[in-house]
Amino acid sequence: MEKYDVVIGLEVHVKVRTESKMFCSCANLYGAEPNTLVCPVCMGYPGVLPVPNKEAIRKTVLAGLMTSCDISKFSKFDRKSYFSPDMPKNYQISQYDLPFCLAGNILISGKRFSDREPLPEKSIGITRIHLEEDVAKSTHFPKSSGIDFNRAGGPLMEIVSEPDMTSADEAYAYLTVLKRIMRYADISNCDMEKGELRCDVNISLKPAGRKEFGTKIELKNLNSFRSIHRAIDHEIARQAAELDAGAPLSQETRGWNDDKGSTYLMRVKETESDYRYFPEPDLTPITFSDEEIDAIRAEMPETPDAKKQRFIENFGLTPYDSEVLTNEKAVADYFEKAATKSSNPKQIANWIISELLRELANSANEISECPVPPANLAELAELINKGTISGKIAKQVFTEMFQNGGSPAAIIEAKGLLQVSDSSAIESLVDQAITENQAQVEQYRTGNQKVLQYFVGQVMKLSKGKANPQMVVAMLKEKL
Amino acid sequence: MSEQSSSFDLDSIANLARLELGETEKDSLRIDMEKIVAYVNVLSELDVEGVEPMAHAAALTNVVRNDRADASFPREAFISNAPETIDDELIKVPKVIDVGV
Repeated sequence: MEKYDVVIGLEVHVKVRTESKMFCSCANLYGAEPNTLVCPVCMGYPGVLPVPNKEAIRKTVLAGLMTSCDISKFSKFDRKSYFSPDMPKNYQISQYDLPFCLAGNILISGKRFSDREPLPEKSIGITRIHLEEDVAKSTHFPKSSGIDFNRAGGPLMEIVSEPDMTSADEAYAYLTVLKRIMRYADISNCDMEKGELRCDVNISLKPAGRKEFGTKIELKNLNSFRSIHRAIDHEIARQAAELDAGAPLSQETRGWNDDKGSTYLMRVKETESDYRYFPEPDLTPITFSDEEIDAIRAEMPETPDAKKQRFIENFGLTPYDSEVLTNEKAVADYFEKAATKSSNPKQIANWIISELLRELANSANEISECPVPPANLAELAELINKGTISGKIAKQVFTEMFQNGGSPAAIIEAKGLLQVSDSSAIESLVDQAITENQAQVEQYRTGNQKVLQYFVGQVMKLSKGKANPQMVVAMLKEKL
Repeated sequence: MSEQSSSFDLDSIANLARLELGETEKDSLRIDMEKIVAYVNVLSELDVEGVEPMAHAAALTNVVRNDRADASFPREAFISNAPETIDDELIKVPKVIDVGV
C-alpha cells in the first residue's frame, strides 16, 4: 500500500472560438501582427464600457450542458483585482459566486498514458465553469518584458474540476476527454500551442487514509499534456520526499521547467480575499429561462461517450475500435457515412483504423481533406466481399484512391485488377506452380502441410495477386 | 467606534493596493478610513429581512451584443501612448517575473 494518497484537481482555461472578443468587437484571432487587434476596451483604458459577447455566453452554457452541469438561471460578472502589466486596468472581468455552470461531471476511460494499460472508468466532478476575459501575452526578455494585447479580452472559460484525480494518468485522461468534448461541440479547438487550452494543476499529498487534505501546491507553465503528466509525477515524488523528511509544505505556486524536468518556486499563493472580488458595475446580470436553456440543449451534438456506445451497439464494434473512431468527431462522421453504406461495418472500422488513419498521418492531412470519400471506401469493401478483388489488391486500390482519387471500380478497370475467379485460369496457374516446384511438392506429399502456404504464394505471384485466394487453396489441396 | 476601526488591516490593504505609506500618511489615512467604515456601517441598521440580494443597481439584465468583429484601432495610435516599445510592436515594461530560474 502506498504511503500517501495523492489528490489532484485541474483548472483548465479554454479559449472560446468566436468571431469577436468577449467585451469588444476586436477580432478573436490567433497569429496576427502584435497589437493590431486592439481597442481601448481590451487595452483596459479607463472609462470604456464593456458589452458581453452573446455567442461566448452561449458556448459556455453549451460546454456546461456537454459536461452535465447545472446551468445558472441567474449569473453575473465580477471584478478580480490583481496587478500585472498583462491587465492594465488592474482587474480582470471574471465570475465569482454566480458562474454560468455548476456541478457537472465527465467520465474518463481509455488507456493509461504511462503504460498503455486500460484505465478504469471513473467519473470526475466539474465544480464550475465560468467565463472571463483573457489577459495580454507577455514575452520575457533578459531585462524587460514585452506585451501584446491581441489575446487580451478574448473569451476564456475556466473549467474547475473537483479534486477527484489521484494520478498523472487520470489527469491526462481527464484532459483528453475534456478536449474531445470541446472539439465535438465546436466550442474550441483546444490547441495548446496556440494557447487555446491552458492547464494549472492543484496537487497535494496526505498520509494514506487520512480525511483532511494536505497542503495544496499549484503547478503552472505546463505546455503540453505530456509535460502535465511529467510534472505531476515529479511533484508527487518531490512532495513525498519533503513529507518523509518531516519538512512542512507551504501553499505555493510552482512552475514547471520542461528541460530540467523539475518544478521551481514561483510565488507564495495569494489567498482568495486578496483578489477582492466584487460585482462588475459595468455589466448587467445574465438570466436564462428554461426555454432558453432547452433551446441550447437542442443544439447539443451527441457526446463522444454516447457516440462510442452507439457505435458498439449499432455497428457491433469493439469498445477499443469505437474509442479510436470517436476520438475525433470528423473521423466518427466519416465512419458512420461509410458504415451505413456497407454490409459489414466492422470491416469499415478496420479499414479506417489500419489504412485510412495511417495514410492520413503519413500525409499530415486532416480527415476533412481526405481524398477518399466515405462512399468509395464502402464500395471498395463491398468489392472485396463480392469476390471482385482480393483484400491485397484492395489495399493497392486504396493507396491509388488516396493518392490520385477516383472510384474503386474505375481504378480496378483501368489497372486490370479484377480478381480471377475463373476456375480454368486458376487451374493453369496451379499446374504451373506445381510443375516449377517439384521439390516442395515432394515435401508436401511427405507430410509437411506448411508448404501449402508456399504454393498459395507462388500462385498469387503468378496471377499478380489477382487470383481468388479461396479458390487457389481449394484447387491446390485437390491437385497436391 | 475604535473596536470597529481595528477590523481592517491598513498595512495589508496598502500592500494589496501596491501603496508604500509613511507613518504620518498611515495615521491620517486610518482616521479617514475609520470615518468611511463608520459611514457605510449606517447601512447595517437597515432591516433587509426577506429582500433579495442585488447584483446590480440598475434593474436591467442581459445587455449583450451579437458576435461580430469590427475594425480595431491602428497600432500607431496607442503605441504612441506607451512610454517605451520593443520594435514599435510590443509595449515594453519592467521585467515581470523571473522565468525559468
